[in-house]
Amino acid sequence: MKLDAHIPSGPLDTCWTRHKDSLPLLSPANKAKRTLIVVGTGLAGASAAASLAELGYTVHAFCYQDSARRAHSIAAQGGINAAKNYANDGDSVWRLFYETIKGGDFRAREANVYRLAEVSGAIIDQCVAQGVPFAREYGGGLANRSFGGALVSRTFYARGQTGQQLLLGAYSALARQVAAGKVLMHPRTEMLDLVVVDGHARGIVTRDLVTGRIELWAGDAVLLCTGGYSNVFYLSTNAKGCNATAIWRAHRRGAGFANPCFTQIHPTCIPQAGEYQSKLTLMSESLRNDGRVWVPRRAGDTRPASAIPEEERDYYLERMYPSYGNLTPRDVASRAAKRMCDEGRGVGPGGRGVFLDLTGAVRTQGRAVIEERYGNLFEMYQRITGEDPYEVPMRIYPAPHYTMGGLWVDYNLMSTIPGLFVLGEANFSDHGANRLGASALMQGLADGYFIAPYTVTGYLASTRLAPVSTDHQAFRAAQAEVEERTRRLVSLSGPRSVDELHRELGSVMWNLCGMSRTAAGLRQAMERIAELRQRFWQEVRVPGGAEDLNQELEKAGRVVDYLELADLMCRDALAREESCGGHFREEYQTPDGEARRDDEHFAHVAVWEWSGDEQPPRRHTEPLSFANVQLTTRSYA
Amino acid sequence: MRLELHIWRQAGPKARGRFVTYPLDGVSEHMSFLEMLDHLNQQLIARGEEPVAFEHDCREGICGSCGVVINGQAHGPLPGTTCCQLHMRHFADGDVLFIEPWRARAFPVLKDLVVDRSAFDRIIQAGGYISTRTGSAPEANAIPVAKSAAELAMDAAACIGCGACVAACPNGAAMLFVAAKITHLGVLPQGQPERLRRARAMVAQMERELFGGCSNARECEAVCPKNISIATIARLNRDFLKASLSA
Repeated sequence: MKLDAHIPSGPLDTCWTRHKDSLPLLSPANKAKRTLIVVGTGLAGASAAASLAELGYTVHAFCYQDSARRAHSIAAQGGINAAKNYANDGDSVWRLFYETIKGGDFRAREANVYRLAEVSGAIIDQCVAQGVPFAREYGGGLANRSFGGALVSRTFYARGQTGQQLLLGAYSALARQVAAGKVLMHPRTEMLDLVVVDGHARGIVTRDLVTGRIELWAGDAVLLCTGGYSNVFYLSTNAKGCNATAIWRAHRRGAGFANPCFTQIHPTCIPQAGEYQSKLTLMSESLRNDGRVWVPRRAGDTRPASAIPEEERDYYLERMYPSYGNLTPRDVASRAAKRMCDEGRGVGPGGRGVFLDLTGAVRTQGRAVIEERYGNLFEMYQRITGEDPYEVPMRIYPAPHYTMGGLWVDYNLMSTIPGLFVLGEANFSDHGANRLGASALMQGLADGYFIAPYTVTGYLASTRLAPVSTDHQAFRAAQAEVEERTRRLVSLSGPRSVDELHRELGSVMWNLCGMSRTAAGLRQAMERIAELRQRFWQEVRVPGGAEDLNQELEKAGRVVDYLELADLMCRDALAREESCGGHFREEYQTPDGEARRDDEHFAHVAVWEWSGDEQPPRRHTEPLSFANVQLTTRSYA
Repeated sequence: MRLELHIWRQAGPKARGRFVTYPLDGVSEHMSFLEMLDHLNQQLIARGEEPVAFEHDCREGICGSCGVVINGQAHGPLPGTTCCQLHMRHFADGDVLFIEPWRARAFPVLKDLVVDRSAFDRIIQAGGYISTRTGSAPEANAIPVAKSAAELAMDAAACIGCGACVAACPNGAAMLFVAAKITHLGVLPQGQPERLRRARAMVAQMERELFGGCSNARECEAVCPKNISIATIARLNRDFLKASLSA
């Protein structure tokens, strides 16, 4: 597997500009003749589809939801970073770049991260022009707030619904192109395979989720914008339908999978309440701006929060990390919460929770101020738990939230399969081993609005592609495989539901490949996954047929892919013999329990190559070189 | 707790639907309404029956996928709440619940509780946007927006497009949905150039989709999970009237 990142040489701060200038162009007439396939309509997919259509391409856009507007980017709460320095607090492109690369524990490429910081300002401009109702100051200017992992206020927000508003902005741009006839929108359609012709990605196989029809789509390039794979854990903050099938099927067709073990466990989610639980709900980490995280000093203290006097509370983040305090990055905050609970100082049912206390802020700043900032979050918390966070501290616990790993891409966002581009959370590119708050929205929109339009054009202008139709043998073969898999799935008539097996997989992954990992645990996880893969085909029942809306069939296909991906995550976690960011190996920690990175042996991207169902995947590496930043131990103390 | 469920089952768009009764045991008060349906479906699967199809995704009240009518109320009894955020603690042991899909001419049933809401997308495509090309935007702070306008826009922009307003309306009108978008974009300076054209185009599409008109029943506002006010409909009417007079 050839891994050339195609990073332009020369100074970092002019890399992207020089690269754009060097990319070949296509004439408007030629663009009109090209067809592009965009899978997923979240921030990355909707912004890419709309922007490419504006350039004149014909775009087929696909989503599994009933409308493009429902993609899970919509649930992002807190905000989006941009190095505008409106707060005059010393922010700059360099600082956003540096904090992002440091926050990722130096496991991302300098040039990619710098570009992300560089285009961040244009994203805000674009969104404001679309009518995104960002929070404003009284003077009419945009308001900013600070966010986990940052010392400056660079986060733009629309109440606690920033993702929703940014997505509706991108969706409206997409809708405009649908009306113009340049985007052909295919909702309720799931991609089930990638078609590669003569080494180039040329199309996809889909299933119409209402009629069950398997369809073939040919094009000149395919863009996967299908999000992350946190649902491997069953319980996560992702939407129920979020899945890894598109990227996993592309991986099986030859796309390298980078750093699959880099998963983010978000520190501030509502703890699990029971066995029937179907998902976990995030409480935006913006709450940590005004909230204080604490547990009782004494293990086994079951008194209600109000009965625990101030001196018997341990504000452990403020104690352990005095300079960042409650704003320490997510990986650090999550592990600290786990440690408190492991020490027996957790609160709530089962002792798996810590307090996130805003009652003090309500007292000092007044209810109105807090309500304006976090009203909808408080409401959501109260709905789910039945407790009033204005009166009693919230209980939170970490939960799987985001995956930094994903398909490997070069500087052009192209995977190891020419013509297959991967945008947003689905790629591995910008967040290293840990993502900072408010930067997922930034990356999704950067990729879609400002990067892919240039690099996809560059690819098309420099590549000779023979015309291809869906009658091509590669299309027919992929279709036959999909039909066969579907037929096998609907014929399953064991005693158990797909969800039961998925829950089992989730619990294996959470316990053995979650916040804390060991070599022995990972080996055990791989054995259990292998066993689950066998049992899946014997024990699962998929009621109904393949020719209509069948939600159990949809789930079954996704879980088959999770079972394979889970194995790869464990392999990757086992091979990475260091702790960095969200990947914490118990064998590699400092005496005070912090992550111990090994830059000598692991300052690289691990890229896995699929070697067939019978062979273990092969591990390749892309070395990471740091010419502009000094590799330091991340310290938030 | 134990419930008696009467759920609308319909095999496909053209099939005849009917209520089927399911007694359901072992419901926890901490379950969300959708988790209660999951619980039922797990039992149906174990019995070899087809589970009830219902729409859902984020399960945190923001994607707008879910929505069923519970005992005659869209999204159920709790104001300002989608049914994924409605928890069973708001029901009592022994309750009898009739659960049906959104019913509106413009939202045909696809299966069981799942309906086709693509009409909403077509209304947005008709004009629910500000025409701006990627890359052409001025510096963000070059356009000052009064805080009050931004807040008002945000109140309306909070619409999740779930369709409860249509389901609750005796006329099957989509006025609240359309008005929310008209208000969101119409109170912002960026939205002014296309304001009247937008109102005209969106209303025309709304009518083509066979949604009814508003007769001030205010049912939409009562069920809206995002508490969008019918004051937005007044804005829509004003913009539409202006558009008609200037046409």
